[in-house]
Amino acid sequence: MAETTGSTIEALSLVPKAEAAQSMKDFKSDQEVRWCPGCGDYAILAAVQGFMPELGLAKENIVFVSGIGCSSRFPYYMNTYGMHSIHGRAPAIATGLASSRRDLSVWVVTGDGDALSIGGNHLIHALRRNVNLKILLFNNRIYGLTKGQYSPTSEVGKITKSTPMGSLDAPFNPVSLAIGAEASFVARTVDSDRKHLTEVLRQAAAHPGTALVEIYQNCNIFNDGAFDALKDKQRAQEAVIRLEHGLPIRFGAENEKGVVRDRATGDLKVVTVTPENESDVLVHDAHAASPTTAFALSRLADPDTLHHTPIGVLRSVDRPVYDTLMSDQLEAAIEEKGKGDLAALLAGNDTWTVVG
Amino acid sequence: MTSQVSSAAEDAAPADPPAKEVRRLDRVIIRFAGDSGDGMQLTGDRFTSETASFGNDLSTLPNFPAEIRAPAGTLPGVSSFQLHFADHDILTPGDAPNVLVAMNPAALKANLADVPHGAEIIVNTDEFTKRPMAKVGYDANPLEDGSLDAYNVHPVPLTTLTIEALKDFGLSRKEAERSKNMFALGLLSWMYHRPTESTEAFLRKKFAKKPQIAEANVAAFRAGWNFGETTEDFAVSYEVAPATSAFPPGTYRNISGNLALSYGLIAAARQADLPLYLGSYPITPASDILHELSKHKNFGVRTFQAEDEIAGIGAALGAAFGGALAVTTTSGPGVALKSETIGLAVSLELPLLIVDIQRGGPSTGLPTKTEQADLLQAMYGRNGEAPVPIVAPRTPADCFDAALDAARIALTYRTPVFLLSDGYLANGSEPWRVPDTDELPDLRVQFASGPNHELADGTEVFWPYKRDPHTLARPWAVPGTPGLEHRIGGIEKQDGTGNISYDPANHDFMVRTRQAKVDGIAVPRLEVDDPSGEARTLVLGWGSTYGPITAAVRRVRAEGDSVAQAHLRHLNPFPGNLGEVLARYDKVVVPEMNLGQLATLLRAKYLTDIRSHTQVSGMPFKAEQLATVLKEAINHG
Repeated sequence: MAETTGSTIEALSLVPKAEAAQSMKDFKSDQEVRWCPGCGDYAILAAVQGFMPELGLAKENIVFVSGIGCSSRFPYYMNTYGMHSIHGRAPAIATGLASSRRDLSVWVVTGDGDALSIGGNHLIHALRRNVNLKILLFNNRIYGLTKGQYSPTSEVGKITKSTPMGSLDAPFNPVSLAIGAEASFVARTVDSDRKHLTEVLRQAAAHPGTALVEIYQNCNIFNDGAFDALKDKQRAQEAVIRLEHGLPIRFGAENEKGVVRDRATGDLKVVTVTPENESDVLVHDAHAASPTTAFALSRLADPDTLHHTPIGVLRSVDRPVYDTLMSDQLEAAIEEKGKGDLAALLAGNDTWTVVG
Repeated sequence: MTSQVSSAAEDAAPADPPAKEVRRLDRVIIRFAGDSGDGMQLTGDRFTSETASFGNDLSTLPNFPAEIRAPAGTLPGVSSFQLHFADHDILTPGDAPNVLVAMNPAALKANLADVPHGAEIIVNTDEFTKRPMAKVGYDANPLEDGSLDAYNVHPVPLTTLTIEALKDFGLSRKEAERSKNMFALGLLSWMYHRPTESTEAFLRKKFAKKPQIAEANVAAFRAGWNFGETTEDFAVSYEVAPATSAFPPGTYRNISGNLALSYGLIAAARQADLPLYLGSYPITPASDILHELSKHKNFGVRTFQAEDEIAGIGAALGAAFGGALAVTTTSGPGVALKSETIGLAVSLELPLLIVDIQRGGPSTGLPTKTEQADLLQAMYGRNGEAPVPIVAPRTPADCFDAALDAARIALTYRTPVFLLSDGYLANGSEPWRVPDTDELPDLRVQFASGPNHELADGTEVFWPYKRDPHTLARPWAVPGTPGLEHRIGGIEKQDGTGNISYDPANHDFMVRTRQAKVDGIAVPRLEVDDPSGEARTLVLGWGSTYGPITAAVRRVRAEGDSVAQAHLRHLNPFPGNLGEVLARYDKVVVPEMNLGQLATLLRAKYLTDIRSHTQVSGMPFKAEQLATVLKEAINHG
C-alpha cells in the first residue's frame, strides 16, 4: 500500500489523504435515496457529496453519524463509514469515536428535534468540549418523520396535529444556543443556496474542534415554505444578512441597510446607512475572542418572520480541542510514568508471598 | 509473632512491659464503628492492610451512609467497617463481631444488636456525655446502667488520651482529636499483634505535605499500641496465625472488587491488544472504577466523563465502532438510562462491556448498600428481543477474572455484555493471588480487512452482516479500512448486506439469529460441589452470595448434613448442563438479594420447582441464617 500522508488542512492533518483524485460519485452509496420528492435534504446531500472530493480525504477515514429523524437517514447515502444511531445521541456516539480515533473525519447529521429536543444535552456538551466533530443541523422547524408535530424551533402558535390550538413554547434559536454553549464555530446556511452551503462546509471542515452548521431546510410536506422569506429573491434582500469576516455588515436591495451598535444599550440594531453613520456600521469579526457580538447578531432575526436573519459564519475561534488534549494526557502519562507495566500494576506495592 | 511488630513501636514501649497473656484464636471479627467524620473506613482499611500483609485470610464489609457528612452523632450518620480474619480460608466478613469499637453513643446503639453476648466492646467514654447520648435516645449512660453487663466492655477515654499523647505537637484540640481513630487502630493492632510498619509508612505518605499532622497520627497510633500494652484493662492479647495452608503458593495482595474489576479491564485490553475506552457518568458505587481507570492513562486508557449516563454508553459505543475495547460503568439507575443504547449495541452487534455495580433499588434506592435486583433488568430491560450475555463475579478478587471473561464474550461474539457486580463486592476486599501476566487468556481479535462475499456476477464485496458460521459473530470492520465502507444502524438490517430491510421474514430471521448467537456462547459447564455424593438438596447462587452460601454449606456439612452447592457465573446463557443439574436434586434452594429473580428465570426455563430464599436489606446474607435455611430444606418439607 502506498504511504499515505495527512491532509494539508491543519485541522485534518492526522486524517490520511486520498490516494487519487475523487469525484462526487465516489461519495454516493448504492442505496436508493428515500426522502420525499422535493425535500430540502436532497440539495444538502448533493452539496455534501459535491464538496467531499475537495477535502481530498481517504473516504474510509470519513464517518457520518446520525440520530433519528428524516435527516438522520443521511449516512446511508454516503459511501463512507456511517452509523444511523438512536434519537438525539449522535453527538455522544461521535464524541467516543472522534476522541478515540483522531485519524478520522467525523461528521454528525442531525435535525432540530434530534439535536435540540431529545438530544439537547449531548449537543451543548459536545460544543463546550470542542470535540473534533462537524455537526450539520438540518432545521426544518417541524417534526417530519413522526408526521408533522411542532419542533423546538417552531414559531410560537404553530398549528400542528399535536398543537391544534397553536404551540405554546418559545423556540430555540440554534445559533444563539450554540454560542451560549461555548461553541468555537457556529454558522448558518440555507439548503437551496449550494454555493453558500459549500463555502460554509469548507470553513467548518477546516475548523479544529466542534463546528455547528445550522442548515435551514425546507420540509415540503409538513412545513412547506418555512424559509421562503429567505429564499424568494425579492424578499431575501430585506431578510437575509450575509456575514463575511472582515466586511461591513450590510444588506438590502440597494445595500442600504447596515448593522450598528446601539450606544445606549450595547445591543445591535439595523439602520439605514447614511454618509453620517456609515462609519458606525459593524465590521464582521468571526474570530473575535468574545462571543458577545456573535450572540447579538444571532438575535437580530425575528423568530416569526425570519427578518434580519444572519447567514454565514457567525463565530470561528481557536480553542483547545478535546480529543487532542485527551491524547496529550496519554502521552504525558507515558512520559511521566513510562508505558504501562501490567505485571507491576497488578502486584501493587503491598504484597506477601506464600511458599508451598 | 511479636517479631512482626515494628521495631519503632517496640522502641517507644516502656522498658519492662508487664508480661501479658497471649491467646491463640483461629479467627476474629472486628467492627470499627463511629461517626461518618471519624475516619472509620480509613481505620478499617489500615487494619485490613496490616492483616493482609501478616498473611491472614480476610474479608471486609464497609458500611456507610450515602450522605457525605450525615448529621454528626446521629444513628443515620454511623459509618462502620467490619473485618473478618483467620488462620484458615474464610468466605465472608462474618455474621457477628467479636469486637466492636464504638467511637460514640450512636455507634454503640446502631451496632449493639449485632454483637453477641460475651463479645468485647471498646468504647470511647469521652463521647458518652449528656448531649451525644440524648441525641440517640439514651436516657441513662449505658456504660453505667448495667445494660452492657453481658459484654466485656473496655471503657477507654480515646479522645482525652489522644489529645494528651499529642500535647507536644502544637496542634489545636480539634486537630489533635482527629487522630483518635489512629489511637484506636494502634490499640487494636496491639491486641491482635498486627504489623505496624505499613500503617506508619502510609500515614507519612498520606500527609506528606503536612509532616506535623503525619507525625501526630503516627504518635497517636503508637500511643494506642502502648496503651494496650501497659494498661491493665487489656490483660489479654490475641494471635491469629497466618493462613499459610489456606493459600496456594504465590504472591498475594489485598484487593477490593472495584479495583480488581478495573485491573481486569486494563488486562483485557492488553490481552486483546486494543485500546481501552471508558465512557462513564459518576454514580455510587461504580465511580471508583472511573477513578481508577483515569489513573492509568499510561496504559493507553481513555476515560471520558460524560454529561449523562446515556452519553457515557454512547461514547463507549462510538469508540467500539472505531475498534476500541469499550466499557461503560454504572449502577442500576444508570442502566435504566442506557437501555436504548444497549439495544442499539445489540442491533449493531459491536463489542461493549456494561458494568453494573448493583445497589439497592428501585429508583435512587440505597446508593451505598448492596442488592442483586438488576438481574431481570440486565436480562430483559430493553424494547424488542434484545438478548445480552450476563457475567457475574462471585468475590471481590473474582471481579478480575469476570472482567476478562466478559471481554472475551464481547469480543468473540461482537455483542454488548453485562458484568453484574454489586456494592458488597465493589467495596469489600480479600486476598488475591496476583496472576502471572503470561497466564492471562489471549483475547486478540481479527478486524475485517477485505471483501468477505462474492456476488453472483463474481464481484467481491464486503457484507457487514455476513456471520462467522460457528460463533454467528459479524465482522468488525473499523473505519480507516479501505474498501469496507459500510453503514449500520438501529433499523432492522437485511441478513448479510446489513442494508435496511422491513421484510417480515428477514426480521423474524434476524431476531432469531441474534438470540441464537447469544444462546450459543460457549460457557463452562456448571460444577457441583457435593463431597458426600449423597446430597438431595442443592443450593444454587449467583454473584456475591457465593461467600455466605459457601460458609453456610460448610456449617451444614460440619453438622453432618449433606448439601450440594453450585454457583452461576453465567446468567445468560446459562451453562448447558444447568437443567440436568437442577433435575438431579429433590430440592433446589436459591438464595438471592432480590425477590427471587434467578428463581423466576429458572422456573420459566426449566419448569422446575425452586425454593427461593430472599433478602433485600441492603446487607449481604449472614452465613448462620443461610445455614438454618438449608437445614430446614434438607430436614423438613
